[in-house]
Amino acid sequence: MTSLNGTRSVALQINDLQVTYYTDAGRVKAVDGVSLTLQSGERLGLVGESGCGKSTLALALMQMIKPPGRIESGSAIIYTDDGAVDLLKLSEEEMRQTRLSKISYIPQGAMNSLNPVMRIGAQMLDAMQDHLPRASKRELIERAEHALESVELKRSVFQMYPHELSGGMKQRVCIAIGILLNPKVIIADEPTSALDVVVQRQVMETIRRVQEKINAAVILIGHDMGLMAQVTHRVAVMYAGKLVEVSNVREIFRHPLHPYAQALIRSLPRLKNKGVFHGIPGLAPSLLHLPSGCVFHPRCDRAMEICKIAAPPRSTTPDGRFVSCHLYDEQGNPTTPDQRGMQAHTSPR
Amino acid sequence: MRLSYVIRRFLFFLLVMWSAATVLFFVPRLSPINPIRERFAEIQRSTGYAPRDMEQLVKAFEAKFGLNKPLIEQYFDYISGLARGDLGYSLMRYPRTVNELIGQALPWTIGLVTVTTLLTFLIGTAIGALAGWPRSPGWVKGMVTPLMVLAAVPPYLLGLVLIYFIAFRAKLLPLSGAYTTTRFNAPELSLEFLLDVGRHAILPALSLIVASVGFWALGMRGMGVTVLGEDYVNFAEHKGLKQGRIFYWYYVRNAILPQVTGLALAFGSIVSAGILVEYLYGFPGIGSLLNAAIGANDFFVIYGIGMITIFAVGFSMMVVDILYPLLDPRIRYDRR
Amino acid sequence: MQLSIPAQQTSGQPNRWILILRYMRRNKSLVVGLAMLAFLLIFSIGGSLLIDTSTRAYPLAAPAVQPPSPEYPLGTDRDGRDLLAVMARGILLTGSIGVMAGTIGLVVGVIVGFVAGYYGGWIDSVIRWLTEVLMTIPALILQIIIASTIVDKNKVTIFTMAGVASILSWMGTARIVRSQVLTLRERTFVNMAKLSGMGNLEIIFRELMPNMLPYLAASFVGAVMGGIGSSFGLEILGLGPAREPTIGMTIRWAQFHSAIFNRWWWWVLWPSLVLIIIFASLSLINRGLDEIANPRVRRSE
Ligand SMILES: Nc1ncnc2c1ncn2[C@@H]1O[C@H](COP(=O)(O)OP(=O)(O)O)[C@@H](O)[C@H]1O
Ligand SMILES: [Mg+2]
Repeated sequence: MTSLNGTRSVALQINDLQVTYYTDAGRVKAVDGVSLTLQSGERLGLVGESGCGKSTLALALMQMIKPPGRIESGSAIIYTDDGAVDLLKLSEEEMRQTRLSKISYIPQGAMNSLNPVMRIGAQMLDAMQDHLPRASKRELIERAEHALESVELKRSVFQMYPHELSGGMKQRVCIAIGILLNPKVIIADEPTSALDVVVQRQVMETIRRVQEKINAAVILIGHDMGLMAQVTHRVAVMYAGKLVEVSNVREIFRHPLHPYAQALIRSLPRLKNKGVFHGIPGLAPSLLHLPSGCVFHPRCDRAMEICKIAAPPRSTTPDGRFVSCHLYDEQGNPTTPDQRGMQAHTSPR
Repeated sequence: MRLSYVIRRFLFFLLVMWSAATVLFFVPRLSPINPIRERFAEIQRSTGYAPRDMEQLVKAFEAKFGLNKPLIEQYFDYISGLARGDLGYSLMRYPRTVNELIGQALPWTIGLVTVTTLLTFLIGTAIGALAGWPRSPGWVKGMVTPLMVLAAVPPYLLGLVLIYFIAFRAKLLPLSGAYTTTRFNAPELSLEFLLDVGRHAILPALSLIVASVGFWALGMRGMGVTVLGEDYVNFAEHKGLKQGRIFYWYYVRNAILPQVTGLALAFGSIVSAGILVEYLYGFPGIGSLLNAAIGANDFFVIYGIGMITIFAVGFSMMVVDILYPLLDPRIRYDRR
Repeated sequence: MQLSIPAQQTSGQPNRWILILRYMRRNKSLVVGLAMLAFLLIFSIGGSLLIDTSTRAYPLAAPAVQPPSPEYPLGTDRDGRDLLAVMARGILLTGSIGVMAGTIGLVVGVIVGFVAGYYGGWIDSVIRWLTEVLMTIPALILQIIIASTIVDKNKVTIFTMAGVASILSWMGTARIVRSQVLTLRERTFVNMAKLSGMGNLEIIFRELMPNMLPYLAASFVGAVMGGIGSSFGLEILGLGPAREPTIGMTIRWAQFHSAIFNRWWWWVLWPSLVLIIIFASLSLINRGLDEIANPRVRRSE
């Protein structure tokens, strides 16, 4: 587990972001009131079951939500040398210029993310040319080859076609493209899901190294808590479109606050109980038919009466952890049974 | 590696040619019809001239064309003739050879068919690409269905409509022929002549183009929609590329690949359509020659034209196959 | 632990007729195509019932080259055929050439495709080789050679036309069926059927057929179009049934007698119009069926 050092400055601040898909079957609130702050140089893990809205959150930051999806509200302020801008308010052309140069997204499924009919080099150059129209070609080539080297690829990859590369190499190329313009924020969406275990480790390590070099903030999306533990500083746990806990990586593994986070940690295969996998009972909810109150209550082993009625408060503990659960009060302190009854009257949502 | 691929593809081409030639040789021989006798019957019908020594004449001509030999020997003569590029004698214009007649007609057809094929491919593919692109205006997206309906109508019919309105009623363009015979006695290499040919070729070309643009547009749009769903197009947008670059280098460049393969397959139908349209416009190409040969029961010209078109289609398919790997780096030369 | 999963209720489905109507509104091609076809059939069957097409659609039934008039609403041609009767009868004749060619193509195509896909091996190789060779031969050329050399020009009927027109119409169907069989063959339910002791043919027809119906319908319509198209080509070149008033032969005669230059516009107009409607309606139906077979295509609209 790693800790964050160096100068701390805010890189990205997401406030109350809300994204809805208007499907034939109904409205899906895929991201529902998410707030999150990232420091420069920080690596945040975003975990949660598949379908809980992780990719949607990332795509919203890139303004890449396509119909039937819509960003309903919220802001995402990115702090760069040129000042602070709200990503969600940028015009189409401004957003185009912002992508890759200030915030870059390394896609889920990097296996197919490279154009099969273009050489790797061309796919790196075109990205830079559309952002730095005045740069000389020689300079850009040098920069691309440098980026390839920094993700442990040979310079000769520049001349190759995607089909000549292995899965891990393609993933590295995507990372190299992501860091070409030294963005302030990098989002890697399940960067290792299609790779074998050994390569997964290496790729994670690569992301860590290049990120430290350019001091970018990183959001690492994934559902493998084990991998997250190795490279991230903080972990954000998402459930059914909402953040349920955001904690320092050491603390969340030692002492998770939210029952869902607890279940996730418990479900990790460990040395002690090797081979015994504690799944989380119940099914992930359909975002179309969300349970009332706290969306997690049907699967929660500590559910109370109030959980069926009222949405939990969003609390920040004194040591800066975020949790959203009726087991904690607004200050993040564990609640007494008494208070729980009270809350049912005061905040019936 | 590259060269061996080309050689293998060429051998395959020869094999296909040989198979097709064999089909062409045996199909007519399944029939009881005797081409020489039919030819005389045709002459008799059209001129009333009935030679008294008909049987003898038939025998003599059969000997001349080698039709009295055993089948196997005929087949061998036929194949070796083809290998030398010798298509035999014409019955209707004897003693002129089939090669001579085809040689006169072929340049016109090659000109008409290649120009229209390329234009159709380019226009149709461009329309299809635009129709499948989400940012195109609605009227562009709506163009494919009417074009597709037009593509179902035989070019001959479209040609008929064009002749009636543009050439006959409006008198904007010539009705038929390939050049104004009152101005030029024979084809010559001058600007006026070329312009004149161009004017004559517009309507035949238009009939062929309008009738198959929809086919290419539909194919391109379908493939374009698939390509738009690919991760690499998505990532291109994440890279902050300009729309024009995504459109060409990521969308068109990938969606066009199956179109190019289709181009090889389309030659056959283009040739068929071209034959009818040439006949309609009295364009002095293969189609008109074929029509004359059918009318006169000139079987050797019919077979010769059959062989030439098969050769052209097979050859074009080979060229497309050989050039295709230049467009798609994933195709290996060492596999077929 | 109490973990009950919230019941996922499906919202009440509207009744099936509304669904069908809603689908038809989305699948406009199919509806418009069917409507055009229905119009042709009503015209042609109605016409055949109201007037004696078996005499009036043939030469010397009426005065020659009359423009449209109350007595001859569509006019007459140079040989004294009543064009109204010719159209009514011609649609049926041309239609039956197409349907016959399409049926032959469909049956042969299904058999060839099944055999190639299901048994594979050398049979598949031979069939693939044959299609590869036939693909190089332009359909019209092969048909011209067959029509001009095997068939006696003066004895052509609509049946020989259908036969010649269907020579290559099986290839499209065979290709589709073969690829479908190849993918379906790998699916578990066929293996299950094998385990449960069904014979090969039974497996094919019980399990594979229903999956392929929309494809087959679309390729049948395609083969009908191909059949009408190539018979039209042969008719234009004078290789058609000279005695029958098919739509293609009518155009052939009109062209033969230079109807356009003689300003007998009605002689060319009606058959061209009818043929254009036939092709347009079949192509729309084909697209509609395609949408049913591959719903993905629809999204692009
Ligand atoms: N294009 C879309 N149309 C409709 N619903 C969508 C679309 N994309 C995602 N969703 C819905 O949004 C939810 C979140 O999806 P996603 O962000 O991809 O989840 P994750 O990345 O966590 O697996 C899912 O439940 C999914 O059903
Ligand atoms: Mg995802």
